[in-house]
Amino acid sequence: MTRAPERSRPAPPTPSPAQAVGRPLDRVDGPAKTAGLARYTADHHVPDLAHAALVHATVARGRITGLDTADAEAVGGVLAVLTHHNAPRMTPPAPVSALDLSTLAPGTTVDYLNTDRVHWNGQPVAVVVADSPDTARQAARLVRVTYEVEPAVTDFAAAQDDAVPLRGTLLVLGEERTGDAERALATAPVVVDHRYTTPAQSHHAMEPHATVAVWNGDRLTVHEGSQDVDWARRHLARRFGVPLAGVRVLSPHVGGGFGGKAPVWAGTVLTVLAARATGRAVRMVLSREDVIRTVGGRTPTVQRVALGAQRDGTLTALLHTGVSQVGRVGGTPEPVGSQSRHLYAAPHIWIRHSTTTLDVLPTAHMRAPGEAVGTFALESAVDELAVALGMDPVELRMRNEPDRDPLDGKRFSRRDLRAAYARGAERFGWAERTPSPRSMRDGHWLVGRGVATAFHLPVRLPADVTVRLRADGTVLVRCAFHEIGVGAATAQTQVAADALGVPVEAVTVEHGDTELPVGPQAGGSGQTASVATALLEACEELKRSVLALARRSPSSPLRGRRLSELRAGRGGLYRADAPDRGETYGVILTRAGRAEIEVRTAAGTRLGRTLQQARAAAGWFRDRRRWVRAVTGAHFCEVRVDEHTGEVRVSRWLGVFDVGRVVNPKTATSQLRGGIVMGIGAALSEETLVDPRTGRTVNPGLAEYHVPVQADLPRIEVDYLDEPDPTTPLGLLGVGEVGITGVAAAVANAVHHATGVRVRDLPVTLDRLL
Amino acid sequence: MAEVELRVNGTSSRVQLDPRVSLLDALRERLRLTGTKKGCDQGACGACTVLVDGERILACLALAVQYGGREITTVEGLGRPGRLHPLQEAFIRFDGFQCGFCTSGQICSAVGMLAEHRAGVPSVVTPRLAATATPLSEAEIRERMSGNLCRCGAYDGIVDAIQHVAGVDDRAATAEPAADR
Repeated sequence: MTRAPERSRPAPPTPSPAQAVGRPLDRVDGPAKTAGLARYTADHHVPDLAHAALVHATVARGRITGLDTADAEAVGGVLAVLTHHNAPRMTPPAPVSALDLSTLAPGTTVDYLNTDRVHWNGQPVAVVVADSPDTARQAARLVRVTYEVEPAVTDFAAAQDDAVPLRGTLLVLGEERTGDAERALATAPVVVDHRYTTPAQSHHAMEPHATVAVWNGDRLTVHEGSQDVDWARRHLARRFGVPLAGVRVLSPHVGGGFGGKAPVWAGTVLTVLAARATGRAVRMVLSREDVIRTVGGRTPTVQRVALGAQRDGTLTALLHTGVSQVGRVGGTPEPVGSQSRHLYAAPHIWIRHSTTTLDVLPTAHMRAPGEAVGTFALESAVDELAVALGMDPVELRMRNEPDRDPLDGKRFSRRDLRAAYARGAERFGWAERTPSPRSMRDGHWLVGRGVATAFHLPVRLPADVTVRLRADGTVLVRCAFHEIGVGAATAQTQVAADALGVPVEAVTVEHGDTELPVGPQAGGSGQTASVATALLEACEELKRSVLALARRSPSSPLRGRRLSELRAGRGGLYRADAPDRGETYGVILTRAGRAEIEVRTAAGTRLGRTLQQARAAAGWFRDRRRWVRAVTGAHFCEVRVDEHTGEVRVSRWLGVFDVGRVVNPKTATSQLRGGIVMGIGAALSEETLVDPRTGRTVNPGLAEYHVPVQADLPRIEVDYLDEPDPTTPLGLLGVGEVGITGVAAAVANAVHHATGVRVRDLPVTLDRLL
Repeated sequence: MAEVELRVNGTSSRVQLDPRVSLLDALRERLRLTGTKKGCDQGACGACTVLVDGERILACLALAVQYGGREITTVEGLGRPGRLHPLQEAFIRFDGFQCGFCTSGQICSAVGMLAEHRAGVPSVVTPRLAATATPLSEAEIRERMSGNLCRCGAYDGIVDAIQHVAGVDDRAATAEPAADR
């Protein structure tokens, strides 16, 4: 059952017949990646390469009073020890502007090595450049720094009271209310009102951040694992005061990102600086510890969710407030109430988010910022309400499933959470669950089952592509999007193949290079749909151009035909009413004496880019006024908790998602699964531990920060409705982030069902259950 | 400086090395075999797993000078596009990776793990340690592959790929009489 909006835009061009889209195609980069031939940043060897290593501050706030670099400089092979005394000057980062989103690029506002100020415990205060990585690292340990220490706020728990409510801007949602939630709560027959906390978490992409920088005069080439090469390029051009056109950033393969590689961090800037200062090509591969000290992670949060309901389960009030942290020198708020604006049909809703500012490394977006941790609180609270009402938690959710957006009555572009829950409950065997806590066991294992709703709002970003069709029937798609593991090139191969009616083998996709047309960031679950939108437009334009060539020939069976009367297929254009009448692209191009034909979406010029951004922004605002475009899902989880030790094992998982059309079931399933795996980590083990006295992260490595391993996991079953969104080209929405949302709540709810213990503070470690 | 003869993927190279250089850095920086990845450089992630005389080791925790004359196999030595190793093919077919950064280590680890299993080496989840042949269940694979982290969470695809290849192996193995251990 799909609710289509009453007024939808003119139908976007949809290729027909769809042959490649929807097929579980193997990844196009599979052979390179499995044979170890895909080159990541740290794999690049360039001539005359030097290596850099960071020296980190050991105080949270203060001023550098002394730098002793003599011992480091005396190490054989050391080329330079750069500090604020001798480093070249850079232009400071630009202030953030909604008119130029690349101003959001820098992870911090710190003018690295151009200042004696220290803003967090771990800030780079020196860089050693040497002829080998080992020498650089060894010498970095010999740099001695003294500080004048200043008082610092480093304890999130203590700083919560100083939190300031977020004001809504173009980029950030502010406080939202409908009705009078506090009054409705006070008069509700049944109330749950609790405080939930989530800890700081780290992306821990398997590939540590790395940069290779090569200067040639004022021209700069940078290899960088990046989720936004355009941001990186613009930021570096500004910092180093060189023409944008001379800066090239290459990022063909990225070893995972999860948000951590979207901003530009210290390591990138300082590698480029080191290359500038020494006149050498420089590579800096951050150690795992360097990454945690210089690349922001997810904020800790404290949240309050209060729900008021009638005895039949009808929600009357929903309050969701929360506090997250930012750094004094940057950081992004996590609006934990995001999903609470849209999930339940309560007449009285109050959502507010506040931030508190600490002298710590700025936070950064991590997979599903806001919803990943916000759903933990909301979906735990809904489970608590179900327990208080003596009602099945799925039934309670379905009773409060809204027909329209509960805050402002907008329509959902599509929403069929009912179908997701129905299918999930059937497949999972939800009906076999006995409702009381501690009522299911298997020997010494207490068995529990829980559910939670997944929710995410995918973004849509501008993209610019070129499509080249050659007379031999092959197609080249070029766009500077990012392959961080989502199968992006594979998906666009499928989209292009269908749009042009060629086999997928005929399509090559180039990406991850600022020499290509500007692509969207790999973020906000928007990259695939954003590129596909531009790619479909370009393919339409291309077919129009090909048809124009064909129509010039008196002998062409396409003469006198309009594009709307034709279908792309079998490597050419054929009449819809007479499928054997038509010709291949090769025939058309060869007859016209053309080796190839290329089209580019409009943003090739600066004017084109401005127009495109304005159009995209206008479209985004128009869409936001019209409808809520969200993806949802239903998680079903079974845990086993050891009665004696409190050990929690996740024993079964099923997630059923409503994510619009799926381009590639193989890669989309992997992405949804990957989100669930990361969510299970957040539920049970992940926590970046910060010493509240010093602001220093004490577990900056994978031996102490526990991401899930094989033995921690059951098979993760993933299903999806695969119904197209009626408001987007091809019906695509986005699958990258929704998987992680709701997962921690499903685990905690299952743990409560197993044990009777309600854990409101992540992670659910065994000590909380004893 | 120390001199060592590194025999990698069937090719011998004499290399002058600082004795502190890890096998991982020697492979990546000296022999330019960059398929083997550095994910943590402290033995916590498994991305640097290579095979030495058929056994899987963490190259970041091994000193290169200790491996002179040993038969080292990296992911590049298992197969190339066009003639991939069955596990490399299975990783593609069952989507046992996303970003691809842990993949070399996963595949080398899986090759070593299957050899361990064939040799009768038990794991902590093996029900009967004295058994000569334990079926390679999903639980066995998950336990034995837990030293290889994948932050993208491609774990199910990895299990499926290994099971697929192990199924072929098991049929071959049952053709020979099992030795009593």
